[in-house]
Amino acid sequence: MRRRAFRMVYEAQLGHPGGDFSAADILATLYFGVLRHDPRNPSDPRRDRFIMSKGHATGVLYTALAAAGFYPEEWLDTYMQAGSRLNGHPNRNYLPGVETNTGPLGHGLPVAVGIAIAGQLDGADFRTFVLTGDGELQEGSNWEAAMTAGHRRLFRLTLIVDRNRLQQGAGTEETNALEPLDDKFRAFGWHVERVDGHDHAALLRVLGGAVGDRVKPLCVIADTIKGKGVSFMENQAAWHHGVPNREQFEQAMKELV
Amino acid sequence: MAHAAPLKPGLSDCREAWSATLLALAEADPRVVAVVNDSVGSSKLATFQKRFPDRLINVGIAEQNMVGVGAGLANGGKIPFVSAASPFLTGRALEQIKADAAYSNVNVKLVGQSSGVAYGELGPTHHSIEDLAWLRVLQNLAILVPADPAETEAAVRWAHAHDGPVFIRVSRMPVPDLGEQAPYEPGRATVLRQGGDVALLTLGTTVHLAMAAAGLLAAEGVSARVVNMRSLAPLDEIAVREAAATGAIVTVEEAHVSGGLGGAVAEIVTAHRPVPVERVGFPGFVPTGSVEWLFERFGLSPEGIAAAVRRALGRKRA
Repeated sequence: MRRRAFRMVYEAQLGHPGGDFSAADILATLYFGVLRHDPRNPSDPRRDRFIMSKGHATGVLYTALAAAGFYPEEWLDTYMQAGSRLNGHPNRNYLPGVETNTGPLGHGLPVAVGIAIAGQLDGADFRTFVLTGDGELQEGSNWEAAMTAGHRRLFRLTLIVDRNRLQQGAGTEETNALEPLDDKFRAFGWHVERVDGHDHAALLRVLGGAVGDRVKPLCVIADTIKGKGVSFMENQAAWHHGVPNREQFEQAMKELV
Repeated sequence: MAHAAPLKPGLSDCREAWSATLLALAEADPRVVAVVNDSVGSSKLATFQKRFPDRLINVGIAEQNMVGVGAGLANGGKIPFVSAASPFLTGRALEQIKADAAYSNVNVKLVGQSSGVAYGELGPTHHSIEDLAWLRVLQNLAILVPADPAETEAAVRWAHAHDGPVFIRVSRMPVPDLGEQAPYEPGRATVLRQGGDVALLTLGTTVHLAMAAAGLLAAEGVSARVVNMRSLAPLDEIAVREAAATGAIVTVEEAHVSGGLGGAVAEIVTAHRPVPVERVGFPGFVPTGSVEWLFERFGLSPEGIAAAVRRALGRKRA
């Protein structure tokens, strides 16, 4: 998935590869191990929902949706080209599998809370997942929604935080510190798990399986590495929306196996 | 709040029609839910809450979350009516209205309560004269501005039946019944009074004032057409072009003079048949005063509208 996403960014000379790579293992785990969905019936009311709140990481999102069968893989070749369905940020009206249009940060969690409330009212058993960036949690709308989720005990709602510790310009902790993040979510009424966001088995353990006797919404803080998998990109804020030249592209392809 | 004065005989608070209609819709359709920001009282939803406690989702004082939750409820198969004071719904949550409702094109209904200057002395923070300008450019979003209780009911029913995002501008301003009108359809204006010298284009709380102004003007020998536009989006462009055929237009709205109905009409008129357009409304942040004083002060009165008509006619003859 990283290789395909990076090729899209290279060919478009646009994108957010650092965040694509930090989220890649999370999306792979969700789409191929957790989500209950039918790509032939993307509006099935019983489907599990996934919302990519960090809507800029479309390289990896579009790759995952194509691999899951929501649309032909050839569509990926049009990424951000004139008239493409594959806009820089996802649009549900053009692309099956997209639940809501994201891009501005802090929008995914409130919408996910609304979906989870609808399911709660109907006694439905679908789950709702939302992936946010970590810098994104500086947006106040997330905390409005986190408060509602805790208050209403939306136990079928799962928030995954892509905790790569870097935002566009610098580290999250030097910009506007998020820690102690676990305590913040616990104080808002959430159950919190902290995992290695590149360990598929660990992700599957906390994200998959039954909701069981959980009575609170679940927040999974996934510790990740921005630019994961490519030596010269890892932990470099410049690769938030940096794009590779030919040499960098070829080097990355050698490293991404 | 500042304007809980008892209604004069013959006048109605359209919020009553809104809440009674929502309750009736909810009785018939289990998908109907309400979403509020601690605004049960100001949205007149206490009866709804009592009847359907689970279907009233109060997110507290959190408008961004409120609109996002509304969009999510629509995704989950509900027909959410998100109801809050218009200044906070449209101002605080504008990006959610843009991205989550309009751009995502989801089936969520936004109900802006006590819009315009209804909050009187509470001042410009609580006024919502900008909402029409902010929302008018958002593609997919229907903007309904009912003028009396019957039209309010019809607008709420139309919103329920329509699959897509809708904004309904409801006022607490006492208004008279306008009597029988054509069936409600957004984008289809109704001519309430025929006239050939000038056309008054209006919607919402000012329709009855424009009718009264036309009465004053008739006594001066001026024949004024009065058109209830009923919705700002879609806007009845044919009605505007027919109005331009009189040679002079006056727009009247309880909103900012720029960007709302006046702005929309001016865009159409300049593109097709330039004629003088006078815009009656509020020019910006207003000074402290009661609703009644603010309406008088800024010409939203039969006399003030008649004066604007005389200005328009003067420009027409010039």
